[in-house]
Amino acid sequence: MAENFGILFQWLIFLGAAFISILASFLVITQKNPIHSALFMVLTFLCVAVLYLLLHSQFIAIIQVVVYAGAIVMLIVFVIMLLDLETELRTGLKIVYSKVIGGFLAFLFLLGILYSVIAKSPTGKVGSYTTEKMSVSTKAVGEVLFTQYLFPFEVVSVLLVAAIIGAVVLSKKRR
Amino acid sequence: MWVVPSIPPALFLMLSGILFTIGVIGALTRRNAIIVFMSIELMLNAVNLSFVTLSRFLQSMDGILFAFFVMAVAAAEAAVGLAIFVMIYRSRETINVDEINLLKW
Repeated sequence: MAENFGILFQWLIFLGAAFISILASFLVITQKNPIHSALFMVLTFLCVAVLYLLLHSQFIAIIQVVVYAGAIVMLIVFVIMLLDLETELRTGLKIVYSKVIGGFLAFLFLLGILYSVIAKSPTGKVGSYTTEKMSVSTKAVGEVLFTQYLFPFEVVSVLLVAAIIGAVVLSKKRR
Repeated sequence: MWVVPSIPPALFLMLSGILFTIGVIGALTRRNAIIVFMSIELMLNAVNLSFVTLSRFLQSMDGILFAFFVMAVAAAEAAVGLAIFVMIYRSRETINVDEINLLKW
């Protein structure tokens, strides 16, 4: 009985987070004011972080909140405030022929994804990280990251340095 | 006794597909470059969700590490992309993607 209540509670959290994330991401692409879009994007990212917690991966949930909802959206809001976009507030979502075709193709793409998800359950090599081992997830992530994935980790650090230098060089004023 | 089934992975994957499609529609239909950029971030986020779902249900750690690397690449992309937007705005006074045609000939 107690397990039943636990799973029912998980279903409630899942349905709520899924519904709010779909609604918020829809509002991201329909809002006219870019600041509102950015704030709805924070809401989407927080809902996805809740889903990560539901999937027993606390590390990714915390990184999601810190990096996505914290750093990236903060950068976007900062740039929106730096640029003067007042004149472009009214352009909004305009219905043009090509956009209708694009939206229709995207919808067909969604149907393809849904069919492939429903038709076949995910198969593949089942690893050794069971739920009990995953629930101390951060330690396990560190162990795999610094042994098996050490080289990609170093490459990512080089990439981040290059991105920082590139951003500084790009935004420097010409003389 | 009646037992509630636990959440199947297909629902998480469907949600990921829906979020990805919303991102695609936003990137195709909006003209403001910053909102196109936000749609791309939404797509990356949807892909991360499916990575983490599969890593949970296949009991493997690889998906979680891929999500970690995708986040690092998204952060680098945000830094460089927004710097490019600031520069384009400085020289062209607009960031509408259909008015930026420097590479067209």
